[in-house]
Amino acid sequence: MAIARALDPVAIRADFPQFERDFDGRRLAYLDSASTSLKPRVVVDAVNDYHTRYTANVHRGIYTTGEEATAAYEAARTTTARFINADRREIVFVRNATEAINLVAYSWGRRHIGSGDTIVLTELEHHANLVPWQILAQERDADLEFVPIDDQGRLIQSSYEVLLRTRPKLVAFNHVSNGLGTINPVREMVAMAHDAGALVLVDGAQAVPHLPVDVQAIGADFYVFSGHKVLGPPGSGALWARRELLDSMPPFLAGGEMIREVHLRRTEYNDVPWKFEAGTPDIGAAIGLGAALAYLEGIGMEAVRAHERELVAYALDVLPREVPEIHIYGPLDPAERGGVVTFNLPGVHAHDVAPLLDREAVAVRAGHHCTQPLHERLGEAATARASFNVYSDRDDIDRLAAGLQHVAAIFGRDGRDGRDSSPAV
Amino acid sequence: MDDLYRDEILEHYRRPHNFGTLPEPDAVFEGANPLCGDRITLMLGISDEGVVDEVAFTGRGCAISQASASMLTDSIKGQPLAEISKLGRQDVLDELGIEISPARLKCALLSLDTLRRALADRVVWQAPTEDGVA
Repeated sequence: MAIARALDPVAIRADFPQFERDFDGRRLAYLDSASTSLKPRVVVDAVNDYHTRYTANVHRGIYTTGEEATAAYEAARTTTARFINADRREIVFVRNATEAINLVAYSWGRRHIGSGDTIVLTELEHHANLVPWQILAQERDADLEFVPIDDQGRLIQSSYEVLLRTRPKLVAFNHVSNGLGTINPVREMVAMAHDAGALVLVDGAQAVPHLPVDVQAIGADFYVFSGHKVLGPPGSGALWARRELLDSMPPFLAGGEMIREVHLRRTEYNDVPWKFEAGTPDIGAAIGLGAALAYLEGIGMEAVRAHERELVAYALDVLPREVPEIHIYGPLDPAERGGVVTFNLPGVHAHDVAPLLDREAVAVRAGHHCTQPLHERLGEAATARASFNVYSDRDDIDRLAAGLQHVAAIFGRDGRDGRDSSPAV
Repeated sequence: MDDLYRDEILEHYRRPHNFGTLPEPDAVFEGANPLCGDRITLMLGISDEGVVDEVAFTGRGCAISQASASMLTDSIKGQPLAEISKLGRQDVLDELGIEISPARLKCALLSLDTLRRALADRVVWQAPTEDGVA
């Protein structure tokens, strides 16, 4: 195994055109990569190339550009498979992780979830890994159960163990939490679910961009991620599932491309993964995803993880020192935390924090980050979130700290005065 | 001092005017922007002559939503409903006196929207049509 080379964020930033843009004499301190990542030039070029040099549909055209487009699209699938250690025939291209989860809920879920069945989810989930299961459960009269979190935002494993005794049909949870950065013990949780007889879907949207992912080692049944968070274009993403599952699942969307033979009253479906790729896909986005993953392979995901872990450790050290009033949510140990630091300043709403930081060309997310149930659990309507990627460095965190000092100075030490501003409930 | 938030707005946010509840309100409505978590409960006491003689609100949210509620309740207290019905979004934005980005219009206008809904239940209220709050 190769030793991870240290990653140089300053050199990496030269690969990302957006850093050339001037924000009042500064580069943007982009701290919202958990929302979407910036794109390196190689990705923009790959997408552009397809749209300017060899635009053609895939799996159809018997001419030079048609064959080039098909080859590039399928090469992107091979790169995607290699990136997460999967078989290329087990990679279904989708628009994003949300679509992948919906595909599983509609195709697998409607065949296998029935009245009285249980699906186990967690309090940490993104809405994308909640709402499709709510719809399925309502439709099928099935039950949803939720693994609770402790005060550091870690899933309580003893509660998980108890919930598994309900013999759920499916367990679905994220690999890394977008809300708090919690890295969940996926291998152990998958093994426990399998012992209980459940299939497992892992939402890897915040994992694939930030740490080495090996779907064979994780051992889940479904693993999903979005391309736009992993330096790729929006409109790209992948569902990985074990081949026999994909073979046994009915189609999700139907139409062209997913067929082998169509007659007026019957159709023979295409092989997987194409059975799940009805209609003309976002070819350019898929090719861009392949370019993004190849770019990250060049850096090495061990190095990416080491870099972000170091940044989290730095942020957890510097922010409370420079901004004593800050309240940080989530795991305190950088080993248990992806490149996400979620926080509030007491008495200051996150929606007031973000625009003031924006004045300093520091971009953070403010709101509930598509995790409203998690925020209900935290007792906060909104939080601010700084999140990192390969181009982030200590300078970004220093600028965040300085910006937060500025916000604290404007609002005063305690923000809103002592009276309880909550409505009576 | 950052010009994004004038002192007056911060002052209204820190120490909101008319903050609290009325024991027997004639109109009440809880308005919310679920996406940002801004929340305002507005209570009005209305005389037989159709004058808002009492007003109170509680709530939590960003400085803009809370300052806007504080300022709006100041401006409607003692006013007849006929006058209040003429209040439009521009009046609220003028009162705030800062540049409101499109993303934060909902924060700024939550109090006006809540006021209109509180009064919508009352037949005396005639909502202006050309100036609806999104």
